[in-house]
Formats: sequence, C-alpha cells, structure tokens
Amino acid sequence: MSIKIALAGNPNSGKTTLFNALTGSNQFVGNWPGVTVEKKEGRLKNHRDVMIADLPGIYSLSPYTLEEVVARNYLTTEKPDAILNIVDGTNLERNLYLTTQLTELGIPMVVAVNMMDVVQKSGDKIFIDRLSKELGCPVVEISALKGTGVAEAAEQAVRLARAGVPMVPQHSFSGSVEHAIAHIEEAAHGKVEGGRQRWFAVKLFERDAKVREQLGLPEPLLAHIEEDIQSCEAEMDDDAESIITNERYLYIASIIRDCCSKKSQGKLSLSDRIDRVVTNRFLALPIFAAVMFVVYYVSVSTVGAWVTDWTNDVLFGEIIPPAIESFLVSVGTAGWLQSLILDGIVAGVGAVLGFVPMMLVLFAFLAFLEACGYMARIAFIMDRIFRKFGLSGKSFIPMLIGTGCGVPGIMASRTIENDRDRKMTIITTTFIPCGAKLPIIALIAGALFGGAWWVAPSAYFVGIAAIVTSGILLKKTRLFAGDPAPFVMELPAYHWPTVSNVLRSMWERGWSFIRKAGTIILLSTVFIWFTSNFGVVDGRLGMVEDLGDGFLSVIGSAIAPLFAPLGWGSWQASVAAITGLVAKENVVGTFGVLYGFTQVAEDGAEYWGTLAASFTPLAAYSFLVFNLLCAPCFAAIGAIRREMNSAGWTFIAIGYQTAFAYAVSLCIYQLGSLFTGGGFGIGTVAAILLAAVFLYLLLRPYQEESVPAPRSSVRARA
Amino acid sequence: MQTLREIPCGRTVTVSKVTGTGALRRRIMDMGITKGTQIFIRKVAPLGDPLEISVRGYALSLRKADAELISVQ
Repeated sequence: MSIKIALAGNPNSGKTTLFNALTGSNQFVGNWPGVTVEKKEGRLKNHRDVMIADLPGIYSLSPYTLEEVVARNYLTTEKPDAILNIVDGTNLERNLYLTTQLTELGIPMVVAVNMMDVVQKSGDKIFIDRLSKELGCPVVEISALKGTGVAEAAEQAVRLARAGVPMVPQHSFSGSVEHAIAHIEEAAHGKVEGGRQRWFAVKLFERDAKVREQLGLPEPLLAHIEEDIQSCEAEMDDDAESIITNERYLYIASIIRDCCSKKSQGKLSLSDRIDRVVTNRFLALPIFAAVMFVVYYVSVSTVGAWVTDWTNDVLFGEIIPPAIESFLVSVGTAGWLQSLILDGIVAGVGAVLGFVPMMLVLFAFLAFLEACGYMARIAFIMDRIFRKFGLSGKSFIPMLIGTGCGVPGIMASRTIENDRDRKMTIITTTFIPCGAKLPIIALIAGALFGGAWWVAPSAYFVGIAAIVTSGILLKKTRLFAGDPAPFVMELPAYHWPTVSNVLRSMWERGWSFIRKAGTIILLSTVFIWFTSNFGVVDGRLGMVEDLGDGFLSVIGSAIAPLFAPLGWGSWQASVAAITGLVAKENVVGTFGVLYGFTQVAEDGAEYWGTLAASFTPLAAYSFLVFNLLCAPCFAAIGAIRREMNSAGWTFIAIGYQTAFAYAVSLCIYQLGSLFTGGGFGIGTVAAILLAAVFLYLLLRPYQEESVPAPRSSVRARA
Repeated sequence: MQTLREIPCGRTVTVSKVTGTGALRRRIMDMGITKGTQIFIRKVAPLGDPLEISVRGYALSLRKADAELISVQ
C-alpha cells in the first residue's frame, strides 16, 4: 500500500533542502488547486511506495494566510499517513510553536531537529530523548545540509505511518482553558471524526471561522460553545486566540527549560555581525545598490545577454533555421509549409527559448539571494518606499530586471510571498521600458524630435509614474482590497546555500517558464505569422507577398479608428502596434516594411522622413507611450500567465495595462492638442473626464468596505 | 503604557498586551510576541521603517505601524 508523508515546518527551517535530500530528482512541481502556492511532491529515495508532499513553509496553522490554509486543508482533508515535522534546532522556541499545533491533528508524527551541526558548534545542547518524551513522538537529530540523520528520520516516519498509531498530544493548557476545551469536545462529540477532536475543539475555542464553516455545527450548539469560551475569556482576562497562543508558548518555554542548555547567550552570532554591516544605517543602501548592480550586470548586461544573443542570433538565426530550411527544401515541402515551420513555429520556439539562458542566470542569482538570507534584508531595506504603492520591498528586483527584459522580471516576482503584492508586481513590472522598447524610443526620438535628449528619460519617467499611480489606484479597488499584508517578517540567519539547491531552484523556475509560458508564446507567434502572411487577393485566399495585403492589415484597418482619438489612426500604426506584441522591437521593422523599405536599421533611420510626414510630434509621443505601457510582448504575457496561474488574472493584467495605456495616451494627445491650440472637441471632453476620473481614483481615500468583518485597527492604519 | 513604536533602539522591553484584530494580530502573536515576552529593539531600517527586533532568540522585522499594536513595559 502506498504511503503519504507530509513534510511540514517553518520557512527557513531547511525544509527544501530536506525535501531534496529525501526525494532526489523524483519530484513533481505543480500548484495547489486554485491558488498560486507552489506544490511539490516526490517519491522517497529507495521507497517507491512512499510519497512525500512538501507543504508550504508556515509558522502556524492559523486561518489567515494562503499558505497556512493550504497546509491545513491538506492535513485535515487529504489525511497523510504521517507528518515529518522539521524544526530548526538553532531556533527551537518559535519552531516548536507549529509543532504543538501539528500534534493536535492526531496524525502519526516524527520531529526532525535540523541544523544540529550548527547547534553543536555553538556549544548548545538539545537533549533529544527528553524532547521526545515531552512531545510524545520520535525526535531525530539531522543536518539536512550535510545529509546526516535524514534517512533515519524518513525511516521513522515510514515505520510510524505503517503502524498507524495516532499521535496523542502531550501538552495541556492551564486549568480553565482545558475545562472549556473539554466542554467543547463533549459538545461536538460525534460531529467530528475520532483522533482529531482536540484539534477541532481548540480551533472552535479560537473561533476559527474556517473550521466552524467546515463542521457546520447547529446554531444552539455554537451558542453553547460560545458560552464556554466567554466564561474562560472572562476568567483569563484575554481573548480566546491570545489565550491559546500564550498557553502554547508557555508550554514551549517549559520544554526548552527541560531539554536545552544554552551556552552562547549574549554573544553576537556571525549572522548578527554580518547584519551589523549589511543592514547598517549608512551602508545598507550602498551595499544593496552594489548587489543589485552585480545581479543586473551579470544577468542582463553581460553573461545573460551573451547567451541570449547567441541563442537568438546564432542558434535560432544561423544554425537551426538554415538546417531546417535545407531539409525542407530537400524533401520538397510546399512554400507555405516552409514558411509556417520556419517563420511561425521555429521563430516561436526560438522566442521562448531565447529568454531561457538569461532567465537561468538570473534565477541562479535569485536562488542564491533567497537561500543565503539576503532577500529578506532587501524587503527590510526597501519596504518603506514600495509599500506606499501596494507593492513589496521585494518588488524592486522584478522592476530592476524589467528594465532589461520584462519576462525574467515577471518571473522574478516569484520571490514575493504575499499574494496581493505579487499580483500587483506582475501587473506593473512591464510598465518599465525594457530593452526591446528602446528601438521604439530611438525611432520616435529620432524621427520626430530630432533626437532630443529628453525623450528616453521621459519614457522611463512615464514607466515609473505608471507603476506608482497604478499601485495607488489598484490598491483601492475591489480586486486588491482587504487587509493590508502584515509585514511581520523573520530575518533568517545567514547561511551559505548548497550549489545543488541553487541549481535545482534555477532549473525548476526555468522549466516552468518553458512549459507554461511556451504554449501561449508559440500559439500567438503562429497566429501573427498566419495573419501577416495570408490574405485574400483577387478573391482568393492565399499567401501574400506584401504585408499590406495580409489579414493583419485588415485587422489593423478595422481597429485603426479606435486609435484615431490618440492621434495615430493610420492602419500602419495599428499593424505596427500589433506586431509589437510578438516582440516590441518589431514595431520598428513593421513600419519599415509598410513604408516600403526591406532593410531598416534598428532605429529605422531610413524612413524617419516618411514617419515625420505622417505623424505630428504629439501623435508620435502618444504612440510611443501607448506602446510602452500597453500589453507587453507575448513572451511576457506567457510569463504573466505562468505566474498568475489563472486565465482570469492574466486577462485582468493585460486588460488593465492596455486600458491604462489607452487612457494615458488619449489624455496626452487630446490635452496636448488643446494646449497647443488644436481646438476643443469630443475627444478633449473625453480626455478631461478621463483625467478627472483618474485623479479621483488616485486621490479618493482608501476604503475597506469590501472587507466583511470590521477591522478597526486596519482602517486606522490605512 | 507605551507601545513598541516609542521605544528607542538598544532597549529591552516586556510585552504586556497585543492589541488590534484579525490576521495582523494573530500573525504578531504567532511569531512569538505574546504577553510577558522580552523584546530587544535592534535597529531601524535605513529609510526609517520597519524595525528589527530580537524575540525568542531570532530576528524579526515589523513596521512601526504594526509595532504600535504592541503595548510594552
């Protein structure tokens, strides 16, 4: 019979390292149903019939965060055969807090005390036998990093799971709490399954809304339970939730007294000494800037760019396409099929894979920064700036990387734990002009503004302003309303990550991009290929020589009137904006093709004159802003789809970006025309109304109306 | 009665109560800040917020606005 073991523990307790040590390469990475929390499962080494599920790293089984709810649901509904609870031996007190909650579930459990090598080195002692006795379950010393004790811990868990002896929690709370809990257990008797009465009783005592809902107890029973809770609260002069938390920590303190001897008290640890420099008042920001420079320089400017350029220009430019072409010619494939394979599919696959090397370099950095503990310090240092816009301190990295390429930028948002902060970051990251948008900027600056110095900086300014205003605006909408994310974050001790963990994390993220984003990128590239190469000429459907005859130009002409209020209603401009979705730099090339130039420079210098004749400077700037802010390229859309893990949220993101771009461009063009003496029209009215609505949304007070329960403290803070 | 926000760096204080409601309050308590816990205020982030404190032998950061919910002696 197959056995399921759940691996549970605090964040930063070495859970991932242990999971990797237990399962090796036998891992399946996915998502927990319906949420963006990553789910990992794997088969235990040398035990084909034992599955290990890696639960999200959590501090508690409270009903509030996504991760905690996911873990709770798994433990109570999927009923694993055993729990392997990893605790950090250097931080036993807080780690055991989760342990006390896990013991109540009645599932057989083994506690693995990790980082024992560090504990021993510091001269502290943990008396494992006593700890085992106190907790009422086997306790194993391990070092996940060095691999010691890992197999033993797993064996113990398998043995317990096979024996199926339910865990009996050993700890008891103080008299009046136990009294109330006993009453609740009695009252709910028969309503909850055996083995976990205590878990449900404690949760009912805490007034856990999720458990109440799950059990569906009748109203009179709930009222009866409420009486018990209130009399206990009155006696203890505290509320139920605090009483339980206090009692747990008091119990843990008594365990620590019995089972540990601390030697190193009062001495500064290595981690403290590093932090004295790294988060120092004066040095923190320069050090942060230096770290970011290295990350950016290596992953975007140099190594990342070299490998990406090589993949794009050599591998998918000089090596693969000619090879496939000569093969297709040799077997006599039809012209349209050749074009589909080469310009559609190969180009699409190339677009997906072209980003991968750069991403892998970046992911290696991120994995290192996360594993060593510096990522938490980044959030600590940058929080003040970003939280004003509904973002996290960790949003800095996606935005910085986004100046190089939005795709790895979006993927970098994975490091943000909070769901809302992460979504907000994903939506706003691509507002920053990426490398591929630079040719568009160069084109507009060169063709219409005589290469004026201010065009490029203004593009970045527009990008940053878009992020800031979107953050403030979205934060107040229903989508993002609710409790602001508590920023109560552990600053884990620094430690040196293992090479294998860094490489594994790098590969997992790279692979998930290829799998999840690849499909969208490929399909849309093929779609654009089809619409630009096929059209109806002389009443017959067929391939067209001229892009101007293809379906794409028909689509372009059809939607061109939409852009007329923005000042650029020509079909050429619309088609260019659409091809920009394949890759932003295509905008420049498309204009070239449509104006009859076969070969154009990166900034399209050949047709500057033609462009200047068909655009006013204001219209051109509006075109520039629209292309900077609107839906990003397909690769980035694919990345958004991957990170949002929901089609709905992907549409929201793309829709918001495009609507925002349209509104801003409209205001720029219409209000600009008004001030330069262009007259007053319907467009002007629309722009003024839009600007007014925009200002209202931006300045209206932060409302918490959509939050069901009154949360006075939160409202006071907002 | 003072809140944690008002305590200067380098001092050690004892928690007397955690106010507030819901997820935030629970989170603060889950992280080990409960009645009677000793807290050492280590430093303030370079931009003036959040704080870094030592509690139950580990380092924790929290915003000043959240520190206001923690009454200390």
